[in-house]
Amino acid sequence: MTVAEISSVTTAQTNGRYAVELQNTHIYYGSFRAVKDVSLQIERQRITAFIGPSGCGKSTVLRAINRMNDLIPGSRLEGRILFHGKNIYDPDVDPVEVRRRIGMVFQKPNPFPKSIYDNIMFGPRINGWRGTKAQADELVERALRGAAIWDEVKDKLHQPGTALSGGQQQRLCIARALAVQPEVILMDEPCSALDPISTLKIEELMLELRRNYTIIIVTHNMQQASRVSDYTAFFLMDADRAGQLVEYGPTEQIFTSPNDKRTEDYISGRFG
Amino acid sequence: MEQKAHVSIEQAATIPAGAVNLRGRRRFGERMIEIIVFICGAISIFTTTAIVVVLFQEAWLFFGSPEVDLIEFFGTTRWQPETGRFGIWPLMTSTLLTSIIALMVAVPLGLGAAIYLSEYASPTARGYLKPILEVLAGVPTVVYGYFALTFVTPVILQGLLGRENVEIYNMLSAGLTMGIMILPLMASMSEDALSAVPRSLREGSYGLGATRLETSVRVVVPAALSGILAAVIVSMSRAVGETMIVALAAGAGPRFTFNPLQAAETMTGHIARISGGDISYASIQYTSIFAIALVLFFMTLLLNLLSGWVVRRFREVYE
Repeated sequence: MTVAEISSVTTAQTNGRYAVELQNTHIYYGSFRAVKDVSLQIERQRITAFIGPSGCGKSTVLRAINRMNDLIPGSRLEGRILFHGKNIYDPDVDPVEVRRRIGMVFQKPNPFPKSIYDNIMFGPRINGWRGTKAQADELVERALRGAAIWDEVKDKLHQPGTALSGGQQQRLCIARALAVQPEVILMDEPCSALDPISTLKIEELMLELRRNYTIIIVTHNMQQASRVSDYTAFFLMDADRAGQLVEYGPTEQIFTSPNDKRTEDYISGRFG
Repeated sequence: MEQKAHVSIEQAATIPAGAVNLRGRRRFGERMIEIIVFICGAISIFTTTAIVVVLFQEAWLFFGSPEVDLIEFFGTTRWQPETGRFGIWPLMTSTLLTSIIALMVAVPLGLGAAIYLSEYASPTARGYLKPILEVLAGVPTVVYGYFALTFVTPVILQGLLGRENVEIYNMLSAGLTMGIMILPLMASMSEDALSAVPRSLREGSYGLGATRLETSVRVVVPAALSGILAAVIVSMSRAVGETMIVALAAGAGPRFTFNPLQAAETMTGHIARISGGDISYASIQYTSIFAIALVLFFMTLLLNLLSGWVVRRFREVYE
């Protein structure tokens, strides 16, 4: 499927098949256009990978999906990003509500300097948690099991999360994101700071999570994209240094028979 | 490129043995600077040591005198050098009371200002506000003292609580004004601590649907706790050591009272008054102020040690 073909799918289907839909999205930092005219639809309960060389805007696009770019002074978005058919950049939308439903896992594991237990309960608590202690314990266990780290930490739930290894910290951060029960999880190069074994664990976890969540992952690692993702979007910087979407389609097709020459060059390692 | 590298390898091979001189040259500038900075450091260490030595010497004379005993000094509540009564407590309590009042002003306001500057203010607003805050830190304390005496006491305190309830010299007025004085210090140190918290933690919090307030209060402030506690302790020792404001506004006579609306002289205020008066160097009254100063010295030393311990104990290490 090419960009044009995907864009031609009517928006009426958004509520069913697609979790998130970007329509002619331009992103600016001050007067600099970082991303130019991106349109794509993210399928529900699938893993979509954003790939491309450094500076191609893939992280910027990812961070636009839960309005994380709002935190950067001077950033601005044109176009629309639909979530449940609603443009999340409409003035009446509260970015806090968006981020509760579209969670995020970052490049470097960033557990809070609190206990493992409190790291998990942070999200529920700020969202007005009213359960009993037993319910909280259950929620913590469910989130940690969901992130495949329960067995490693069940005996030290009240020790600081920062004392874990890098790979464990990252799974703790995934567990923390799961605890608020988002629909979509954005992952910004979640394995780039991890060793190969931890990376493998996170990848297995992603395939597991796909059953309940929509995952969008930015990765520098093309093998990773081909291993885990169902769809791949290839981004590239154009002549005025703005990132743009070159090609988007099923991962298998992007990696075996891309339509665009530039995609082929990138996939085959000729640049980037 | 390749060609060049090739040539240089050949050149290296052709340098005759013994032609390379690795013996040190004499660098006079370097040596001079080393000596100058050493002297600078030595002077400050020497003066500090000298002050402590003098302090101990004079205090020794005081404690060694037959009119004084340690039990009376630390165990009684009347300071009346004229009649030979030397109980340190009235001076200590007023020092602590004014300092605590000052902290009750400076800590919440300073922390609030720091949170605003670090988490809420736009870069432009911060660019204007931080220098202004630092100017506030440069106001001479005698100005604050008169502000306390001529404005805070008569207009605010007596206005609110009634003329008959508030003495013209009182600890509340001095404490409140002292709080305003140390506010910039508290705010500036806390702001440094908050800004040092990595952005990734804030993003992690926002990513879970936290608001700015929740992120500030539940993530950033706890992560900066060691720095904030250190700021509180440094502010405390600043308040304990502050002289001019309390000398002008808190009262000119030791009195053992816990009522902040009454006048009571603090340790620093007492030292300032006595050493400014015409008393004989040989008198017990003169050496008594060194004894007070020694106690003051240990109080601030204790606070500084405490702050060092707190920073180590509560520090979170970020890469």
